[in-house]
Amino acid sequence: MTEQAAEEPFHDTDRQEQADRLGMLVFLASEIMLFGGIFAATMALRIQHPQDYMKAASHLRLALGTANTAILLTSSLAAALAVEGARSGRSRWAARALAAACLLGTAFLAVKGYEYAGEYREGLMPGTAAAHFSGPLQRLFMDLYFLATGLHAFHVLTGIVLMLTAALNRTALHDRRAVLIGNVALYWHLVDIVWIFLFPTLYLAGVP
Amino acid sequence: MSIAVRRLLLAWIGLIALLALTVGLAFLPLGAAKPAAAYLIATAKAALVLWYFMELRREGGLPRLAAGAGFVWLSVLLVLTAADFLSRN
Amino acid sequence: MTRASNRPPVVPPEAALPSYLRAGYTLRSWLLTTDHKRIAILYLVSISFFFLIGAIAAALIRLELLTPAGDLLTNDGYNRAFSIHGIIMVWFFLIPSIPNTFGNFLIPLMIGARDLAFPRLNLLSWYIYVVAGLITLYVVLSGGVDTGWTFYTPLSSVYANGAVVAAILAVFISGFSSILTGLNFIVTVHKLRAPGMTWGRLPLFVWSHYATSIIFVLATPVLAITLLLVAAERLFGIGVFDPALGGDPLLFQHLFWFYSHPAVYIMILPALGVISELITSAAHKRIFGYWFVAYASIAIAVIGFFVWGHHMFVSGQSYYASAIFSFLSIAVAVPSAIKVYNWTATLYKGDIELNAPLLYAMGFIGLFVAGGLTGLMLAMLAIDVHVHDTYFVVAHFHYIMVGGTVTAFFGAMHYWWPKITGRLYPEAWARASALVILVGFNVTFFPLFLLGYEGMPRRYHVYPESFQVLQVISSCGALLLAAGYLLPVAYLGWSLFRGAKAPANPWGATGLEWTTSSPPPKHNFIEQPVVERGPYDYPISDPLSRSND
Repeated sequence: MTEQAAEEPFHDTDRQEQADRLGMLVFLASEIMLFGGIFAATMALRIQHPQDYMKAASHLRLALGTANTAILLTSSLAAALAVEGARSGRSRWAARALAAACLLGTAFLAVKGYEYAGEYREGLMPGTAAAHFSGPLQRLFMDLYFLATGLHAFHVLTGIVLMLTAALNRTALHDRRAVLIGNVALYWHLVDIVWIFLFPTLYLAGVP
Repeated sequence: MSIAVRRLLLAWIGLIALLALTVGLAFLPLGAAKPAAAYLIATAKAALVLWYFMELRREGGLPRLAAGAGFVWLSVLLVLTAADFLSRN
Repeated sequence: MTRASNRPPVVPPEAALPSYLRAGYTLRSWLLTTDHKRIAILYLVSISFFFLIGAIAAALIRLELLTPAGDLLTNDGYNRAFSIHGIIMVWFFLIPSIPNTFGNFLIPLMIGARDLAFPRLNLLSWYIYVVAGLITLYVVLSGGVDTGWTFYTPLSSVYANGAVVAAILAVFISGFSSILTGLNFIVTVHKLRAPGMTWGRLPLFVWSHYATSIIFVLATPVLAITLLLVAAERLFGIGVFDPALGGDPLLFQHLFWFYSHPAVYIMILPALGVISELITSAAHKRIFGYWFVAYASIAIAVIGFFVWGHHMFVSGQSYYASAIFSFLSIAVAVPSAIKVYNWTATLYKGDIELNAPLLYAMGFIGLFVAGGLTGLMLAMLAIDVHVHDTYFVVAHFHYIMVGGTVTAFFGAMHYWWPKITGRLYPEAWARASALVILVGFNVTFFPLFLLGYEGMPRRYHVYPESFQVLQVISSCGALLLAAGYLLPVAYLGWSLFRGAKAPANPWGATGLEWTTSSPPPKHNFIEQPVVERGPYDYPISDPLSRSND
């Protein structure tokens, strides 16, 4: 166990740890509001054009969306296990769990990329030469779908980079308070929660 | 297996079960209640993640407040915006 | 400014530690500093620069409006002038004005901390602001935009000319500076209070900045994503706000005002905090109803999120929603009124010293009441239909933002000038400038209420001749107001070099910031302060006022 001295302006590490964690939670609150605009846009579209919304959503691949939800939930479990491992002093455990979370995150992106490729081939990707839609509402739905999942994928990528950084950081792995790993995991869980709400908004909405 | 690890695994099993439930419910003829059920289950899943994975269960009031603020404010945005869209004509 | 300190000074001997100003003289020592006091100065310099640019745009507007014909600027030129004025004044002056300068400088001092919780994040937030500012300068130099500061769709997303995407990008980036500042303040207030600094002993300035930070963190991201959607519509034809593409232009207004109405409280809440400090210090009296004033700040921040729809009464929003928003908008006036009552009750039977900061504070109260009451009128559905998008609205929000926030900014500048610079300013000049600003402001903006009530719409530069008299009065007032703002620049600048050295506590005030030397050393306090009293522990206590100790 390595005990670090508190950094300016803190007098003790307890306080600093609480402050770091609180700072991360406040940041996550603002992240939720960032996605809020997109959720509001999908809500407005769904309220005003429920039938077209459902028809447009039915073109998404529910099986792939469901698989990705399971993948992301499992990666969240891995991140939580990493925190537990660091706390109980098993730093190799923590590193492996973080690596697993990263791998699952990458798998999520791979499935997402496969989905995108399929949508491109079906002419559902706006702005591409092959794009053809049944009407403006289907196009708007797909626009929102790509905006929402694109912004989310960007957060997934950020989360993977953060977890990799933590997994390679010796001090963080041996820190029995798990400050860095804990905060990185918090970020990852939020990415998970955003997806939990995107899933019914985009995929489940397409089931007639 | 320590209690902490077992608790996390149970939470994960709960999450996967809820995922199966929400996909299953989507195919039942529930009509207008369908989106409500889907979002209710999503909220339950988010609560599990917040409570067990994000460890709000061991936190004091302040971190819980900070973690909950975003959701509360988001619901203000959505509810009042919906108030306009639902009552426009 | 010579009243002796009321309490035994805990003041360290001068020159025991070098002041933060003498902690380094190189440019590098400023640009890479993590000292919250130096970052506050960096912000002060940069927002002053943007205030100047915004003021030049305002001068163009007032010059153009001297005559009924559009002879100085073209239609398009006038649109660009008021857009630049609005964008710069809102996002590059008003929003960061008090929080990022005085809040940054004073919050750690007031709670007895050595710095903000995340000093490097604080510096990063300034650099983000600078990047956003540079992009805005590019927008100005490339001819500006004609969307107005509100970027309403479909004008901004389809029809507008000019560097709209760059302007949107600038505002988008500046938002992250706000979010990081708010995050930093929240964590600092929770985790870095000195021993004994309970919530009931926090200065009201800190309470109001805490409330502001809540808005920074929770409202700003919504603006960010909304502007991103506008840019996406402009660049890629993603029609979230375009009815022809299945979108809804009112959705933009919902999302925009979900941020921008709370943003009005970002601008005014820190000013309310400043006034609480100025009034108690000048009256040498405990604040009347500490908890009411403290919780009023939180109430304004929270209720402020429920009222945005009053900007959309004539937009086609549903009548039911309008009625709800009208009611909620009237509710938000209650905590604001509580503050005004409590300030006046604090002055009542106080040992009042009519110094320059108090003159500014009293000017603030008058202008804030006028701006607030006209705001109530605008929250009423029927009146709003009559005066919507007229000069009445323009006058209303200038009373709050200029009469309120800018007056408080100048009041804060005078009150804390000795602490920030270690110099005293010439009091007679300061009182004169406070009066010039008060008169100049009212001459500039009161005529706009009359013009608006008679039907002069905002954002037009050609108007009927019957409006000319009031327009000319307003433009003359603007000249006086400009003189009032330049006067402090002259004598404060003079005092930097020639002013008498300030003692640690020139006002005999009770806040923690006055217990350390003027200007404070790098880490604020030589020894960790321990707090044993409430924030306004003055000899005269009001028997009616609940103890806050």
